[in-house]
Amino acid sequence: MSSRALIFDHSRAGRTAKVQHPQGLAAQVPEHLRRKRRPMLPEVSELQAVRHYTKLSQLNFSIDTHFYPLGSCTMKYNPRACNQLAMLPEFLVRHPLAPESTGQGFMACLYELQEMLKEVTGMKGVSLTPMAGAQGEFAGVAMIRAYHRARGDLARTQIIVPDAAHGTNPATATMCGCTVVEIPSLPDGDIDLEALKQAVGPQTAGIMLTNPSTLGVFERRIHEVAKIVHDAGGLLYYDGANLNAILGKVRPGDMGFDVIHMNLHKTFSTPHGGGGPGSGAVGVSDRLLPFMPIPIVGKEGDRYRWLDERDLPQTIGRLSAFMGNAGVLLRAYVYMRMLGRAGMQRVAEFATLNANYLFARLRQAGFEAAYPGRRASHEFIITLKRQARELGVNAMDFAKRLLDYGFHAPTTYFPLLVPECLLIEPTETEAKEDLDAFVDALVAIQREAEQDAAKVKGAPYTLPVRRLDDVRAAKQLDLTYQPAAAASAGS
Amino acid sequence: MPFIPHTETDVAEMLRTIGVPSIDALFDEIPAALRTRALDGIPEAMSEMEVARLMQERADQDGRPLNFIGAGAYEHHIPAAVWAIVTRGEFYSAYTPYQAEASQGTLQLLYEYQTMMASLTGMQVSNASLYDGASALAEACLMAVRAHRRSKSARILVPATVNPTYLKVARTIAEGQNLKFDILPYEQREGTTQRSSLEAYAGQDITAVVIQQPNFFGLLEDVDAITDWAHANNALVIAVVNPLSLAILKPPGEWGTKGVDIVVGDGQPLGVPLSSGGPYFGFMTTRMEHVRQMPGRIIGRTVDLDGKPGFTLTLQAREQHIRRSKATSNICTNQGLLVTAATIYMSLLGAEGLEQVAAACQQQTNKLVDALTKLRGVKLAFDGPRFHEAVLQLDRNVGEVLEQLARAGIVGGFDLSQQYPELGQALLVCATETRTDGDIERYAKTLAEVMQ
Amino acid sequence: MSSIPADLKYLESHEWARLESDGTVTVGISDHAQSALGDLVFVEVPEIGKTVEKGAATAVVESVKAASDVYSPVSGEIVAVNEALSGSPELVNQDPYGQGWLFKVKPSDTAELGQLLDAGAYEKVVEKEAH
Repeated sequence: MSSRALIFDHSRAGRTAKVQHPQGLAAQVPEHLRRKRRPMLPEVSELQAVRHYTKLSQLNFSIDTHFYPLGSCTMKYNPRACNQLAMLPEFLVRHPLAPESTGQGFMACLYELQEMLKEVTGMKGVSLTPMAGAQGEFAGVAMIRAYHRARGDLARTQIIVPDAAHGTNPATATMCGCTVVEIPSLPDGDIDLEALKQAVGPQTAGIMLTNPSTLGVFERRIHEVAKIVHDAGGLLYYDGANLNAILGKVRPGDMGFDVIHMNLHKTFSTPHGGGGPGSGAVGVSDRLLPFMPIPIVGKEGDRYRWLDERDLPQTIGRLSAFMGNAGVLLRAYVYMRMLGRAGMQRVAEFATLNANYLFARLRQAGFEAAYPGRRASHEFIITLKRQARELGVNAMDFAKRLLDYGFHAPTTYFPLLVPECLLIEPTETEAKEDLDAFVDALVAIQREAEQDAAKVKGAPYTLPVRRLDDVRAAKQLDLTYQPAAAASAGS
Repeated sequence: MPFIPHTETDVAEMLRTIGVPSIDALFDEIPAALRTRALDGIPEAMSEMEVARLMQERADQDGRPLNFIGAGAYEHHIPAAVWAIVTRGEFYSAYTPYQAEASQGTLQLLYEYQTMMASLTGMQVSNASLYDGASALAEACLMAVRAHRRSKSARILVPATVNPTYLKVARTIAEGQNLKFDILPYEQREGTTQRSSLEAYAGQDITAVVIQQPNFFGLLEDVDAITDWAHANNALVIAVVNPLSLAILKPPGEWGTKGVDIVVGDGQPLGVPLSSGGPYFGFMTTRMEHVRQMPGRIIGRTVDLDGKPGFTLTLQAREQHIRRSKATSNICTNQGLLVTAATIYMSLLGAEGLEQVAAACQQQTNKLVDALTKLRGVKLAFDGPRFHEAVLQLDRNVGEVLEQLARAGIVGGFDLSQQYPELGQALLVCATETRTDGDIERYAKTLAEVMQ
Repeated sequence: MSSIPADLKYLESHEWARLESDGTVTVGISDHAQSALGDLVFVEVPEIGKTVEKGAATAVVESVKAASDVYSPVSGEIVAVNEALSGSPELVNQDPYGQGWLFKVKPSDTAELGQLLDAGAYEKVVEKEAH
């Protein structure tokens, strides 16, 4: 089973990929600052490295190889053109601190991206610098804080989040030095307005909302929510995790939001890359314009230039060493140009069509909807609490068995409010026959669960490993490879 | 329709199954007043061929000037195999490895990466990466406050020789949690941190001391002395390092008598192209005793039901999706794809290859300094031991010189006059292994013309 | 059904407290709590000598999927912690009321003990959560 070997297992002293580096040089370093013992890096040939990592790649599920309906993650097709064009050699060799005069082509793309994102979200300004959704959230809450502080309104340090919120929302509020108040959702998935009215006050900095929410439904009374929060002196933060559901249909700016972050790696189809890079551009309403994170691309006549502290003296500051994940931004730019105006509106339409179709078929097949009275947005939740109770087969078991059927599992056990849930987001780029095959798989697993629960509970069987011992992983921490000789010498 | 596979028949059948007359009817829960009108500000769609033409024109407009800037991002040769593998769909289009069984490729690679980074920095554990070097320093400062239970001050000492943008980012990110940053001046003649400035803090409650090696001027700091001073004064030590330099420089785990507590930096030199500023990745390594205070994803090796080894995300209880408002950080993604590049890069080069690249960078920078300081009106600001950057002082306006060089196709260095006005008209230059003797000669010749 | 010893006092947040003969109060988490959390992988205990307020987050218990603060049932000074848990967090699962204790407080106001739930009241809390 050579595919399970570590790269270090292929290592032999003295072996290198020599064509890849200079030879025969000696560095000049004073004795007391010099490295004495070489680091443990592999000594392998180029072919060995290529074969090892190619084989590792083949152990992964990915969008390019599998249907990947991971709820709230928008695993849509990442067009190859976006990657190829963002990796044109001129873009790759450009140093971020090179004079603006040598980057006008690059900056034109970013400026136009800012403008398109403003249009599609209904916001008044956009900064592309946050490097991930969570950093966009940070920027958003930091701007809300800066806004209140600039007005001398120092008591506003409380952030309201619905109980269904992503974990990043409360974590972000804490990072910004705010405290968190959770408000409940109603049985139909909408926010409890009475609880919201009770929660707001002179201490309210703002509310963080995802709409459609993580429960897969559109918050219908968003205007009332906005009014309650604004009347109390707070601002509204839009978590763009679910922007794919409304792209081209509703704009957060029109709903009354003051600040929004967009996950370009979701809605605008830049790759997830095995967990990053993301990109979390932020958009703001008029009143937050002065506080945007820098740098931002400005345009004067036909020249582009970076706006920095001198242009935005009230900025919350910098979030990265340079200007964020430039290469990701170029990919989003290419994607938006290929979609164009009409294509942008089709995103929400077909994402919603696919979700509602899958939802309808699964309900017809006997699966239980968590919010049966509601229209699905671009995603929806089914709950397997009946299967867990009656058959002893839970959401995790269904998820693991789906892997055997060749489907990546939906999001499980999130949102925390719904017991034994699967949060399913098919995205607009999946064909009807793939959705049908997914329904067939879930129906087959249901039948297995009824006839032979142990079989489902033992899944997966066909993957590189079976279920892993998470408790052991956390208790007997093995976070780096220790060669046998060194390990025994150390003990 | 771009990227949408539905035929008209598909749509009709799907609507029938749902039981609605049109796609539009699926949006009936959205109040009518909110529905968007036409998006006039979005241009019409372009075909792939058209957008390829547009992007090539934009790229051509920028060209490929000869680059001599470092200042936190470095142009290195990247073996062809690196990005050929990184952009395989199985790495490129996968997500965070939540379903471990279906993500063993990414997980094993991250485990190998953690091993390499821990060894390179001389520390015990590594996370699976952070966004970039600057935000990694911010996270390290926050982590130091959590890890140093006896210190109540949340005060961090930062030498002025640390990348000034890193400090700005740390302020942006850590300010909400009331961290205080005190700046330590540098020796005007040496360009390295003043020991006497540390003495002013002796006996005070200091949470951590930051040391950047090589420092922002490319010079080597006396890391042993600063580390020992910090530990003697009950402060933790955060090292900011260039990972490539660690092939030849003493790893932070061996600084002073005890080694540092947290190591961060930008992983960009390890196989990641300059790309106008990102995506790069930040790395962080630490001692085992602090692992639960470390932010970001961590991969562990364990066994499956059959006792077979496998890899999984571990120590997740630190993270935002479980701890919510009490998490170590709000971070959820790392920079997985860039870490993939770095892991393959380090595998291809090995320790010897990294050493050779580092030595070549140093050698070419020395040649560059020699060539440029021969010119009238150019002098070297600090001549202590350096890695691959140097500060030059000109007898005229640096900004104007740089613009003239840019017109001649040369990106001549980073203008320090904004951030270090006391250095006068100063320029930070860098030559990596990618700058040949011919490139250096061309720069010197062009600069001579500009300086006439 | 989880075990709820009658001689202990409880918090709604699932801590138990026992007044020892030396006047200190031993604190741990209930059998119900350990079972809801699942296999513990880590326990963070406070520093000896630290002063805590009643209701303050004082320790953390961590399983693979959850981490939970443990609140002190009384105000006072931490006088002992269960060092064995650093190597064997599973003691909390195996023996929550015995070897799985977390810390001991020297109470500054023993009257606070009177405000805690008795076994019967705590049992109702557990039952209510089951619904």
